[in-house]
Amino acid sequence: MEWDFIVKELIPALNRGVANTFLLIIPSASIGLCVGVLVGTVRTFGHPLLKRIGDGYAALFRGTPLVIQLFVLYFGLPNLGIYLEPYVAAVVGFILCTGAYQSEYVRGALLSIRRGQMLATQALGFSTFQSLVWIIVPQALRRALPGCGNEIIYLIKYSSLAYIITFIELTGEGKILATRHFRFTEVFLSIGIYYLIMVTAADFGLKKLEKKLYIPGFGRG
Amino acid sequence: MTNPEPRPVLQVRNISKKLGGKQILQGVSFELRKRELKVLIGPSGGGKSTLLQCINFLIPPDEGEIFLKGQEIHIHRKRDLYAYRQKVGMIFQDFNLFDHLNALDNVSIALRKVKKMTKTAARDRAVVELERVGIGDKAELYPSQLSGGQKQRVSIARALAMDPEVMLLDEPTSALDPELIGEVLTVIRNLAQDGMTMIMATHQIGFIRALADEILFMQEGKIIEQGTPFDLLMPGKNSRTQAFCSKLQELSEEPDI
Ligand SMILES: Nc1ncnc2c1ncn2[C@@H]1O[C@H](COP(=O)(O)OP(=O)(O)OP(=O)(O)O)[C@@H](O)[C@H]1O
Ligand SMILES: [Mg+2]
Repeated sequence: MEWDFIVKELIPALNRGVANTFLLIIPSASIGLCVGVLVGTVRTFGHPLLKRIGDGYAALFRGTPLVIQLFVLYFGLPNLGIYLEPYVAAVVGFILCTGAYQSEYVRGALLSIRRGQMLATQALGFSTFQSLVWIIVPQALRRALPGCGNEIIYLIKYSSLAYIITFIELTGEGKILATRHFRFTEVFLSIGIYYLIMVTAADFGLKKLEKKLYIPGFGRG
Repeated sequence: MTNPEPRPVLQVRNISKKLGGKQILQGVSFELRKRELKVLIGPSGGGKSTLLQCINFLIPPDEGEIFLKGQEIHIHRKRDLYAYRQKVGMIFQDFNLFDHLNALDNVSIALRKVKKMTKTAARDRAVVELERVGIGDKAELYPSQLSGGQKQRVSIARALAMDPEVMLLDEPTSALDPELIGEVLTVIRNLAQDGMTMIMATHQIGFIRALADEILFMQEGKIIEQGTPFDLLMPGKNSRTQAFCSKLQELSEEPDI
């Protein structure tokens, strides 16, 4: 009876859910990181006007709860005639939210790069864009990696908020099942284990990446 | 006969710069002819670094003009500015090697990304330049794995790889331990003998005596004395430069080069 429930109901439901969770996390984390790099760079080196727009964006999305952002995207935008699928609303919300946090990590890392690095590129005839792309950002990303990785791990967990706007991922599937069978303990414990596995795997991947990008003596300065 | 002097490679005219409410440079002018080595000396805070950074517009001058081979450089024409900077090599006191690149890539990156050379051509050129400064065997090492003298030699190789018309050197040996100064000065001396056109801030008096074509003594943002080492440094000349240099010599023993 116990095993029957776990094998026939719980695990298939959670696997369905986790597949949807992946569908959320993968684009959100990767596009969100790109947004963060772009916005963080603009906030540090951009034209003053762009800088203010970037600062405003980061302040807005770091300053309001993610749930509210998702509500606005899913329930608010239709008032303007914009209808987003639950999945699209969730991914857009996650990208905007995680991008704001990532931009903060990237900005901090960019500010930590010694001024002499920029001077050296300029003296060699790099344009500002070239020196950002080839010298400054590659250094900053290595410095930002621990923070950015941490944000990705947060994202894995707060992706559960998608079920609030009716996109049923891991937590959502579990919640439905638990309510139907009134088995909260087993279900939520199992969900916890699923998240733990995902986070551990992500952590492992990030550590590997950190190792791959390691440069002797860099990042201690 | 009528015009024996070739046209100057670099002309610096009337450069002024104010920083933090203080007039750092007050109308500095000088010229560099091909193969000339001029030396900037003077007390700390006199404006030598500011002047050198104004020459390649790392610090935009408030006033004045700069000409490379007779062509005036305008800071607002970005393309021209970047092209100009490629022809003006700069050596910094604290090296400013790219921390995330090994010695070879430090030298080759500007060749690839700025000069758009192919990877192999850039690599070959970088190897040549590293060998020229005597560290061909250190190509794979990262800045943190090099000594100060080796780092400065990589930075010289990086500048040379761009085929500069002029080099600006800002106290290239003053961040080095005394036993490493000689190896860097030797490289610079070889450049001078190969005919590189250079302006260099330095307090290495032995080097200046042996190699400088002219000394520019800078104080409070002005060149207050200029002349050949013979004119300014011969005993009994009673120049400001002479007084400054004998004080320097009292303070430090300089290695022979
Ligand atoms: N960004 C800045 N803002 C305000 N003052 C500055 C700035 N940069 C330099 N200065 C001042 O300009 C003066 C000249 O500095 P500079 O570094 O050009 O002198 P220097 O001749 O190279 O001295 P040193 O021999 O110590 O290297 C100094 O008084 C310095 O404090
Ligand atoms: Mg200086």
